[in-house]
Amino acid sequence: MAEPATDLTPLEDNAALLAAEEHEVQIVGRSPTYLAWRRLRRNYVALFSLGVFLLIVIACCLAPVYARHIAHTGPNTIHSSEQVRVSGKLRQVVGGGSYYDAKTNTFVVRAVSVLGPTWWHAHGRFVLGADSLGRDVAVRMLYGGLNSLKVGIGSAFICSFFAIVLALIAGYSRGWPDWIISRFFDLIWAFPVLLLAIAIGSALQVNGFHHFGINIEPGSIWIPLLVISYVLIPYIGRPLRGQILSLREKEFIEASVGQGASPLRIMFSDLLPNVASTALVFFTLIIASNILTEAGLSYLGAGVQPPEPSWGNLIADGQDHIRTAPWLAIIPGLAVVLTVLSMNIFGDGLRDALDPRAKVRVEH
Amino acid sequence: MFAFIVRRLIGMVAVLFGVSVLVYVVFILVPGGDPAQRMAGKNPLPANITNIREKWGFNKPFYVQYVKMMEKAFNGVLPGKHGEYDILTSFQNRQNVIHEIKKGIPATMSLCIGAGIIWLFFGILVGFFSAVTAGRFSDRLITTFALIGVSMPVAWLAIMLRYYLAEKPANPVFPDGEYVPFSVDPVQWAYHLLLPWFCLSVLFIGFYGRVLRSNMLDGMNEEYVRTAKAKGLSGRRVLMRHVLRNSLIPIVTLFGLDFAAVLGGGAILTETVFDLKGVGWYAAQSVGDLDLPPIMGITLYGAFFIVIFSTLVDVIYAYLDPRIRLT
Repeated sequence: MAEPATDLTPLEDNAALLAAEEHEVQIVGRSPTYLAWRRLRRNYVALFSLGVFLLIVIACCLAPVYARHIAHTGPNTIHSSEQVRVSGKLRQVVGGGSYYDAKTNTFVVRAVSVLGPTWWHAHGRFVLGADSLGRDVAVRMLYGGLNSLKVGIGSAFICSFFAIVLALIAGYSRGWPDWIISRFFDLIWAFPVLLLAIAIGSALQVNGFHHFGINIEPGSIWIPLLVISYVLIPYIGRPLRGQILSLREKEFIEASVGQGASPLRIMFSDLLPNVASTALVFFTLIIASNILTEAGLSYLGAGVQPPEPSWGNLIADGQDHIRTAPWLAIIPGLAVVLTVLSMNIFGDGLRDALDPRAKVRVEH
Repeated sequence: MFAFIVRRLIGMVAVLFGVSVLVYVVFILVPGGDPAQRMAGKNPLPANITNIREKWGFNKPFYVQYVKMMEKAFNGVLPGKHGEYDILTSFQNRQNVIHEIKKGIPATMSLCIGAGIIWLFFGILVGFFSAVTAGRFSDRLITTFALIGVSMPVAWLAIMLRYYLAEKPANPVFPDGEYVPFSVDPVQWAYHLLLPWFCLSVLFIGFYGRVLRSNMLDGMNEEYVRTAKAKGLSGRRVLMRHVLRNSLIPIVTLFGLDFAAVLGGGAILTETVFDLKGVGWYAAQSVGDLDLPPIMGITLYGAFFIVIFSTLVDVIYAYLDPRIRLT
């Protein structure tokens, strides 16, 4: 996105110019991958975004370490009736609620108040405060992020894999396999994405999935993961199929066929490398959209099941206490925005680097 | 043209059939176990279960079950004909699903019409300005905002907007929730819907802006644009009449499908957070109880809208661009 002007850098991709820039006399041939890497390397915004994303991934992967050695609690451990020492003062983790006052012989009802962010004043405990059950929000944020990222990245892998294989089969065979696969894409395309995801997700929550030798229990993280990968297949599959269909008509495929290459060889060593850059860009962008979909699904209760945290669940939990503890809703939302934004920016940068024509085509 | 329409209609019926089969597979086959037991609700009498099993043919082969389900679904549409144990009767409260969906349509319609106008208008505006000023500071600013817009979790954005603009302030700028029917008071109707409209539009504005920007930048290199310039047309005319018009075509397709999706209950998150009792809200309510019939009904309903709209878009397309009719 923060690429400089479309019309200011029209000649940048010329290998000869790149070489001249390095004050080399001899013009050296460079691979497309190397040229793409060169372009990406100069896009500091995209690299910075990748850095942010990797940092988030690493932080979430370290959740168990943080929980055990810093916060000394688990993601689902309840501390509602405990006290912590914040800056030397003892404070209730969850205060208020109703209690019986023996002196006045009445029930006293006070608004539930939870411990706010202690930052570092409680030596690592409740850094981001507690939720209404007295669970450590920082620990839940990290574990929730781990789950959200598992779903987001995992389903991006599964989704891309099936989309690529289906697109290759459809584009290579044409004819009836193409017809069937295209209708399959049409069929998924015919539903509102989130609605279909919710429908399948909640149908699977009833009894889990026990067909074809696959056993998934209700409440398993595999349910949102597989549901999201399933509903997003046509978003990658359709454009890839179109590209492969047009590549299929090119001379180099004809040459391959003439040499007696097997269909598998044509699909995977001739066609696939030519769509790899498109698939890669889609892969990064689909991670971003998967994390958003997961947040929506879990928010509605059809994704990662409580008490297991995920960013979507944490947003839903936070909404219930927004009057007394707004940070419970704000923090997970910000985490989602940051993660998704970093992946989107990196995806854009990757696309510019891999497909220079997209911006260089101006003025020729 | 006529042949194209006929072909497209046949395709539409085929997709609708596929949709119904998929829905059957997802809601009856995939959950496994005994559907009759689930449909009988909590603490059922054994007689009830056998009764349902008999009525639905759950002891019969799957194709008989499918036919029975569709029979029930179509019967459910006709008032008064739905039986006691319809697939389109909620497990939870025995309400007729079709009836409940109908109740949600006005709110959903209000949401998607207003939001649709907003997101189409601003999406085009955003895309146009960033394409025209490509590379300049304003373009970067706009594209950055568009990117932030598409990176927002809708539920979170809605919660934040609702809390900080409608709930928390002592004198809130916006009313908090509550849908006012258009027939009662058009001004209040629009006023109450402003926040949901905005919330739903943000993502689409960002997305459309980005699509239009790259389309227009590509379009500026087309040969017909060079021809138009060579003819001596003014830059403005080339931009508006040639580049923009052609770049808008994919936007029209996107808009048709997105609009249908929102109309079909796709705005689940916005409707849920703002308590707009529309179709999406109804779906969300049923998720918590794992009450499958409403979700099934809404899924069918949503797919129905999308399929109809995409057929419509295709026909309009073929009318605008004769080349499409041939393929």
